[in-house]
Amino acid sequence: MLKKLITPLLIVLLFSRLAFAETSLLNVSYDVSREYYKDLNPAFIKYWKAKTGESITINQSHGGSSKQARSVVDGLAADVITMNRSPDIDVLFDKAKLIPKDWQKRLPNASVPTASTSVFLVRKGNPKKIKDWDDLVKPDVQVVIPNPKTSGNGKYSYLAAWGYVLKNGGDDAKAKDFVTTLFKNVPVLDTGGRGATTTFAQRDIGDALITFENEVFLIQKELGADKFEVVYPSISVLAENPVALVDKVVDKRKTRALAQAYLEYHFSEAGQDIAAKHFLRPQVESAVAKHYENFKPIKLFKVEDVFGSWSKAEKTHFADGAIFDQIYAK
Amino acid sequence: MSATITQYRKYHSKVGRSRATSESTLVRYSLIGITLAFLGLFLLLPLLAVFTEALRKGFETYFSALIEPDALSAIQLTLTATAISLPLNLVFGVAAAWAIAKFEFKGKSFLITLIDLPFAVSPVIAGLIYVLIFGAQGWVGGWMSDHDFKVIFAIPGIVLATIFVTFPFVARELIPLMQAQGKEEEEAAMVLGANGWQMFWHVTLPNIKWGLLYGVILCNARAMGEFGAVSVVSGHIRGLTNTLPLHVEILYNEYNYAAAFAVASILALLALLTLALKTYVEWQSAKNAAGIEKEIMEREIKE
Repeated sequence: MLKKLITPLLIVLLFSRLAFAETSLLNVSYDVSREYYKDLNPAFIKYWKAKTGESITINQSHGGSSKQARSVVDGLAADVITMNRSPDIDVLFDKAKLIPKDWQKRLPNASVPTASTSVFLVRKGNPKKIKDWDDLVKPDVQVVIPNPKTSGNGKYSYLAAWGYVLKNGGDDAKAKDFVTTLFKNVPVLDTGGRGATTTFAQRDIGDALITFENEVFLIQKELGADKFEVVYPSISVLAENPVALVDKVVDKRKTRALAQAYLEYHFSEAGQDIAAKHFLRPQVESAVAKHYENFKPIKLFKVEDVFGSWSKAEKTHFADGAIFDQIYAK
Repeated sequence: MSATITQYRKYHSKVGRSRATSESTLVRYSLIGITLAFLGLFLLLPLLAVFTEALRKGFETYFSALIEPDALSAIQLTLTATAISLPLNLVFGVAAAWAIAKFEFKGKSFLITLIDLPFAVSPVIAGLIYVLIFGAQGWVGGWMSDHDFKVIFAIPGIVLATIFVTFPFVARELIPLMQAQGKEEEEAAMVLGANGWQMFWHVTLPNIKWGLLYGVILCNARAMGEFGAVSVVSGHIRGLTNTLPLHVEILYNEYNYAAAFAVASILALLALLTLALKTYVEWQSAKNAAGIEKEIMEREIKE
């Protein structure tokens, strides 16, 4: 009898705990941005407290970017969404009309505060002499890349390899051959960036890992700088990390002003400095100059410039039955 | 029936272990050896690994990983989800087993199949079902979000998912037990003038208490350890909707291996505790059964 009383009571308590939460934001983000936000959030909380006197909390949710976007579409109440590809934010408009179509116009630099690029991590001493994309398609080389079907990280790696061929005077047919050979050298396709890191660094599989520049430096920091070496290819893709506030959620939770300030903080000098500290390339011009020497200047191309647009790249390369499916099935 | 059993026992004790029904020493010991090696390799070694990894950086790191706010809230959430789903499953399990074991009705086998459904369905599907129903794009999601009800990506969703995967444990444990016991004792209680509650409290419950406890223990173990279904509905908000198993995954993905194994060791300890409890309950119920059997035999001898 007692149990019958306690259960509803507990449920009521739980609901009330949710209903009367203090001022808070939920930031739904991609997989490998955790360390960055562990620094950025406390800095913003301090800044906001000094500015308005209000104490806030920022909650974080991390996971594979497409999965995270899907969760927001399904009702995860994200005030802001911070992703590593614009299509993962576009989907909030396409599938649920949670944001306007032109969301990228609301913040500076097309809502992109930071960026990264796909680079290589090789084992100490670079035993396989991997210097550029060409070296990854040699028959005796094994490359670890996260699955381009499920991870933004993998998509960027794939497009970077494709773009490398085009930028060196090749055509689409040549690029397809090149990428086909590259993926023949991939022993495992992990679903996300962190999974690929574990495969390469913990399980000792593969001669090279292709992943984001910021992830590569984090691996060195966490797992030992003496075990791995970073290799910059001659050219790679600019992996932009866009941010957006989710209109439907902030209007309902009445957090629009806070969410807007939080996103703007990403573009502030302090925010850009924190990004640089975590090896994310600052995108605000003054900060780019300030942190110039920390980032190796390599040739970078935007997805839009080589593939027209992200949605075109998705359709021709990653949709069901598109090029990636064809080459990986072979 | 019991007379034949007694006869058989007498015969058996006279003959002792017959050569025809047992293997040679070599075969026996090699089978035992293989079993032990297998258990050691696949059960004991991983268990040891969890604790060594957890304590690799010393006790201080171990405890600081456990009292970290996100870990505490994960522990709290796991206990809350278990505390809600356990009594609900208990009530349901007893009611279902009672109905199935003591009564005949149409659709009984269908009900049994339904109870087994969570065993057959992958936990991921179980989670997705709730996303499809309660998600913002789901059947009732629009109405729910208009009225500020949160189910998935919040605690109620986690509780629902936990209930779903632990649904069959209590009922499955009780049904064969209650069927074996038959309904004579309950009928006798009724004839002697007991009302429904009295019959349940004084006759049925004492008869099934060990089986019931066993079911609850299993249910508890699964509720605390469930990963798949909860992962789908959780939303992975740190400090709010992460249960212990999800917290382990997060820590592991953040290169925080010592902390991940520290939290994992809590789950392992809970599992060991559950096993100890389970063994105790089995021992108690065996003693109970032996007592009843002895009583019956003594009665027969007197007769």
